[in-house]
Parts: sequence; C-alpha cells; structure tokens
Amino acid sequence: MTLNQIAFLVMGAAALFGAVGVVFFRSPVRAALSLVINFFVLGLIYFMLGSQMLGISQIMVYAGAIMVLFLFVVMMLRDDGKTDKPQTQEGKFLVGLVASLAIAALTYVAVISPTMNYTGEKFNRIYGTPQSIGTVLFTQYVWPFEVISILLLVGIVGSIMLAKRKF
Amino acid sequence: MLSHLIPLASVFDDVPLGWFLTLSLLMFTLGGLGVMIRRNPVVVFMCIELMLNAVNLSFLSFAAYPSPVVGDPNQAAMSGQMMVIFVMAIAAAEVAVGLGIIMAIFRQKNEVDVDEMSTLRG
Repeated sequence: MTLNQIAFLVMGAAALFGAVGVVFFRSPVRAALSLVINFFVLGLIYFMLGSQMLGISQIMVYAGAIMVLFLFVVMMLRDDGKTDKPQTQEGKFLVGLVASLAIAALTYVAVISPTMNYTGEKFNRIYGTPQSIGTVLFTQYVWPFEVISILLLVGIVGSIMLAKRKF
Repeated sequence: MLSHLIPLASVFDDVPLGWFLTLSLLMFTLGGLGVMIRRNPVVVFMCIELMLNAVNLSFLSFAAYPSPVVGDPNQAAMSGQMMVIFVMAIAAAEVAVGLGIIMAIFRQKNEVDVDEMSTLRG
C-alpha cells in the first residue's frame, strides 16, 4: 500500500460518503450538502488524474454554481424534510436495490475486473493544463464548442420563460 | 501539437485504473438507486448529477490511462477531457431548465412528489 493508494482511498471514501448521503438523507438540504462534498472531492480526484483544469472547473461549476442553484430551489420549495411523507409504493426500494446491484455486478465483471491491476503505459502527462485544453478546444473541437454555446443560450432563454410565465 | 508544453510529473502511477472505475461505478449505481427510490424531484435531479459525474470520472480515468492500442496517448487524453467539458456544459443547461420546470409545477400544484405527478398519464 503506497502513499498514492492511501490518498486515493481516503478521497474515494469521502466521495462515497457524499454519494450515500445524497441518496439516503431524508432532508433535501442535507442531500445537497452531501453532494457538495462529493463534487469537491471529485475535483481533487481529477487533480490526481492529471486534469488540473477540469478539477478547477469541477469545483467552480459544480460545487459552486450548480449547487447554489439546487440550494436556492430547495429553500424556495420549503421542503425541509419534516414534510417528507413515507413511501407509498411498496417494493420500490427493493426493486431499485436489485436493479442497481445487477447493473453494478454486470459492469464490474464485464468492464472493470480486467483493469484492476492495470497501471498504465508511461507517457508524459501534459494534457491537463489550461493551455493544452484551450489549444484543442479552439482548434479541433471548435464546432462542438459553438453548438454547446447555442445550447446554453437556449437553456438560459427557456428557463427565463419558465420562470416568468404565469400558468 | 502539444509537444511544446512542459511535461508534468506523473503522480499516480501506482494506483490501478480499476480503482477509479470502481469508484465511478459505485457513484453511478448510487445515483441510479436514488433516481428510482427518492420522491422529491430536486433530490432526483441531484442523483442524475451524481450519475453524470460518475461518467465524467470514468472518462477522465480512461483518458489518464491510455490503452496500448490507441495512437498518440496525449491526443486520446484530450478527447476524453473534451467530452467531460461538454458533459459539464450540458449538465448546467439541464439543471437550469429542469429546476425551472420543477418550480413551475410547484407553483401550480403546491406540492412536489414524483409519485403524484401523473397528469400526463394516458
């Protein structure tokens, strides 16, 4: 067990704690704060994978912007967990658990188990810097980039429409 | 294209690829479980975000551990990171529109519960 492996296990345990909290905390505010933990630690794992630019984006976009949006909506809905009704559809939990375990087992056996000992080819990891991301994003991927910007514009206009319209 | 950049020291050579993928799989499975069992649509949205992030993590893991069959490992790594950027942008747009829809439903019905939202049932 090397230092890197211990660091990964600590971060992975924190990320999993956040993920479990999202699913099992009754209060939506606690679920949102668990998700912040998960996203933040995930950003650190991106750093570990050599993608510094995306690690910073993850912390700013997800743990910052998107989670603020979630918390706003949770607080506007005034649903603080005390109004959470008990489960009405019996067996939903069981069905969900069996389906999730089936997905996990299949994926693990088919995809992940061959990679459990693979530590990769050695190559110079120069791909994570803002410079390299920008170089590739604005040359090779410039057309998808423009399409994404139109999608974001449509999203902004659509959400303003939804917020202003009287139903 | 990228050869003029300064190479960074690799810091994670002794962590196997499967560990990152296992974390990604567990996060994806938990997100799917949450989508299936939770009743608050905002929490369902959070679980969808969790699944999207699990996919991002697997993209970046495969980007950082190039397979021997791909050509230029840096080019392969860039493709994985570009996918992650696009997934992030689409997730942001999806959250803005989805939360707007949830707020509209809440203003109309004064309650939010995915089990009760059956207006569109035929």
